Amino acid sequence: MAEADNKFVVEIITPDRVFYKGDASMIEFTTTEGEIGVYKNHVPTTVVLAPGIVTIHEGEGNKKAAVHAGFAEILNDKVTLLAEVAEWPDEIDVERAKAAEARATERIQAKADDLDLVRAELALKRALVRQDIVG
Amino acid sequence: MASMRDIKRRRTSISSTQQITKAMKLVSTVKLQKAKAHAESTTPYFNYMYNTVCSMLAKTKNINHPYLQTREVGKKGVIVITSNRGLAGGYNSNIVKMIRDDEVITEDNSQLYCIGRKGMEGLTHRGYEVAMDESDVMEAPTYDDASRICKQLLDAYAAGEISEIYLAYTHFKNTVVHEPKLLKLLPVEVSEEDIASSEDSKVLMNFEPNPEEAIGMIIPKYVTSLVYGALIEAVASENGARMQAMDSATSNAEEMIDNLTLSYNRARQGSITQELTEIIAGAEAIS
Repeated sequence: MAEADNKFVVEIITPDRVFYKGDASMIEFTTTEGEIGVYKNHVPTTVVLAPGIVTIHEGEGNKKAAVHAGFAEILNDKVTLLAEVAEWPDEIDVERAKAAEARATERIQAKADDLDLVRAELALKRALVRQDIVG
Repeated sequence: MASMRDIKRRRTSISSTQQITKAMKLVSTVKLQKAKAHAESTTPYFNYMYNTVCSMLAKTKNINHPYLQTREVGKKGVIVITSNRGLAGGYNSNIVKMIRDDEVITEDNSQLYCIGRKGMEGLTHRGYEVAMDESDVMEAPTYDDASRICKQLLDAYAAGEISEIYLAYTHFKNTVVHEPKLLKLLPVEVSEEDIASSEDSKVLMNFEPNPEEAIGMIIPKYVTSLVYGALIEAVASENGARMQAMDSATSNAEEMIDNLTLSYNRARQGSITQELTEIIAGAEAIS
């Protein structure tokens, strides 16, 4: 297959902007069911996103971004990620992420009665993803 | 005829009011530009969201999910988006009027979730029950705010406190046209046409995890995105409405000043003529 043929359109859209739009040969991201990689002509699928790193393979280089929550629509020749939050590595404040990690860990360990465990774990996961992508 | 001094005082007062309305117009013009750009950058997300939900529903027609079923009992929850400040023409009263005129939503069968003080004041005054007041959000709405508000509503919906969720906001059609709109958020209703057109695409969509769970996760996001979009549009509409209101206030002031200047000049001329007549009459009396 020629190089141009295995490319498909990737769009990452957040509520505030069109975060990314371009052609890619492969995209990897994290769903609630685990990590998946998508090539062209994937079976049409709708998946729910989990906090994680999106890697867009554009041929020459890779682009990475942190994506938290949302869902993705995979079609034959197009992948659309509707993310609530998406960030490029250079937009991430590592200090803030570290602070958030400490806060979330503390909350989970303290096991207070009114603890929203799911929320605390999500916050922890987000903080870890942010640090992961920068470091 | 009013005295020269009265007319002059009146004219000064109007021209200082005009300065204020002019300044307000300029401020809301700048804010409108910002809000408009923001509203435009958010539209792709909502279009996608709507299309996805349509195609999802088209493919999962026979699913029994609480988000899709109609329930009879319970109150109707209405999110009312207005502004915190007045002087925006009919912007706030149009929303209040729309809710009052609506036949489905009455004082007794609904509770309001207010974002924006003006709408809340107008509706509580008329006997509507307010369940939540999040007016501060209106200053600078973020996606987090929308998602927090929606979580409360969805919890109330899941607990059976409310049976339907409506959204009342002002749709920003363009800079001069803003329409009050009432949308039904839950149970989800999308138009038959849109479902039919997405059915035509003939793509067999898989869902991961299974359709029920996917709907459970995606519908809250859909609701949140609609509320966020409404907030952003409402901000743009508010500034647009205020800009128009202040523009017409400024030109009305201009007109009044013109009229007052005319009558001031007449009064001035009148008083000079009178003085002259008096002097001449006096001079004639002496000679």
